[in-house]
Amino acid sequence: MATVGVSSPAEAERLRRRFARRHALARVGLYLAAVLAALVCAAPFLWSLVTAFKQNRDLYNPENNPFSFNLAATPDHVLYLFRDTAFLTFVWNTFWVGTLVVAITLVLGLPAAYSLARLDRRWSGRMAIAIFFVYLVPPTLLFLSLSRLVATVGLQDSTWSLVLVYPTITIPVSVWLLIGFLKAIPKDVEEQAMVDGYSRLGAFVWAVLPLAVPGIVAVVVFAFTLTASEFIYALAFVSPTTEKVVSTGVPTELIRGDVFFWQSLQAAAIVVAVPIAFVFNLFLDRLVSGFTMGAVKG
Amino acid sequence: MAEVTFERPGAQEDARPARRRLADREGFLAWAMLLPAVVYIVALVAVPFVLAIAFSFSDVTAGDPTFHWAGLRTFRRALDDPVFWRSLRNTFVFTVVSMALIVVLGKVLANILVADFRGKWLVRLLVLLPWTTPVALSAVAWLWMLDSIYSPIDWALRHLGLLDGNVYWLGRPLQAMASVIAVHVWRLTPLAAVIIMAGLVAIPKDIDEAARVDGAGFWRRMLEVTIPLTLPVIAVAALFGAILTFTDMTVVYVLTRGGPTNSTQVLASWAFIRGIEGGDVAQGAAVALFLFPLLLAAAIAILRAVRRMEVL
Repeated sequence: MATVGVSSPAEAERLRRRFARRHALARVGLYLAAVLAALVCAAPFLWSLVTAFKQNRDLYNPENNPFSFNLAATPDHVLYLFRDTAFLTFVWNTFWVGTLVVAITLVLGLPAAYSLARLDRRWSGRMAIAIFFVYLVPPTLLFLSLSRLVATVGLQDSTWSLVLVYPTITIPVSVWLLIGFLKAIPKDVEEQAMVDGYSRLGAFVWAVLPLAVPGIVAVVVFAFTLTASEFIYALAFVSPTTEKVVSTGVPTELIRGDVFFWQSLQAAAIVVAVPIAFVFNLFLDRLVSGFTMGAVKG
Repeated sequence: MAEVTFERPGAQEDARPARRRLADREGFLAWAMLLPAVVYIVALVAVPFVLAIAFSFSDVTAGDPTFHWAGLRTFRRALDDPVFWRSLRNTFVFTVVSMALIVVLGKVLANILVADFRGKWLVRLLVLLPWTTPVALSAVAWLWMLDSIYSPIDWALRHLGLLDGNVYWLGRPLQAMASVIAVHVWRLTPLAAVIIMAGLVAIPKDIDEAARVDGAGFWRRMLEVTIPLTLPVIAVAALFGAILTFTDMTVVYVLTRGGPTNSTQVLASWAFIRGIEGGDVAQGAAVALFLFPLLLAAAIAILRAVRRMEVL
């Protein structure tokens, strides 16, 4: 397709210039759109960043420009968050709950995903879809009966109740993603490993798992994010301050009656939001490919 | 690697230890590896689900957790409450409006994110923020953005001469509804974009190039090549958006607690307020159960879309 009806060199030159101009315009449009999208998405956080360092007299004056410092910036409220509130306890709770939940998810999810991806049974496809649908059963439907269940096993008001329950959210979606990643690994790998004397199970553990590490890492990040964001179970099951996680602790403990600790609240939002988004961004491409691979029949 | 052959342990099977033989039997392994996950899900999803249905036919409360059969009385009590109908209507309004906006904006955002440009990494980081941040925290950030007196949005509007006084974003029914929808859309659009990106990346490059060579412009390619080919993925993104909006109560709970006067109350938040805060477990369960038939319909629709995607 070298000729698109170009008759003369002059005509070709004219066409080339028209395309160049159009291309330049498209670039400008793209950059504008990208900057606009970034600003809209990040606006509340950018503004939180300013608010977090404001003095009370600056903040609580509706005439002051909310986007800049009208009085000198102060780190007091940020320091207050770290020193005088249970914020660090919340962060720690979220962290260890997330870590344990991710571990449980992998221990239960990896073998399940391998079974569905490779040990082809007649029911494999249907089972994979069934497990995925569990992800669509929302906490809203289950929190009442689960909170009774949690009380029955004696975990009410304990962070451990979240360790018990959160894998119900992470396992289905992780299995779905892992099936995709595992299918992408050539079958020859296991066959060769079994020729080398590994059992079927040994081939999975020693030959397939190491190759699946990039996908596993992406799943870890995704599962951790889901865990950190969860709100309903955390709110329904756990009420003592020291047992709370970030997502419930910050909105409930930094508000006393009608008094909001606004600057500290904003600081907390930023401190939690940025690292998660940062790590997530690192693995975004892998997650995107995981979404598609899970949907492709292997 | 067709020449790679391996012998299934047949002849020398007896010589091997029993454990080893078990680890080689695919039929056994397929079940053994799947079972723990299935048992866990049955115990903590299927059982509570059945329990939730049982609760809605009972008179269980937080103070009196013994089970008594109440037939349809709990449902009648739930349906007699005008707040329930209000919540049901609000839930639909939220879901439909948010879903439409999420899909359109998600598609635009996905197109931006698959393009190549400088500073893409930073843009992506900022764009991901709404979705990766724990929703309760971002809702708190919005709570301050929408404050009745100190809202910076009001400040900007005042200084542009478009507003006198304050909007009271969360204090008036219509504005409160719009605010909650806006926060939902803001939060879920990046997720929709990521799902749609997966579809865009999967389109073979040569189809797009062929259309380009044939002289199709941006809009023509978008409308006649990209959108038809990504339609199943867009459908998946739409349904995810719908389900996550439909069942979510966090944004409503943190921003308005359903107020003013239940004008932003949704089924999920109403179930929580009745079931946990009010202690009326039976009624909370009954209200939450109304979400289920609609979820089921959405799930079947997703399944259809995914099936079509596999054909693609």
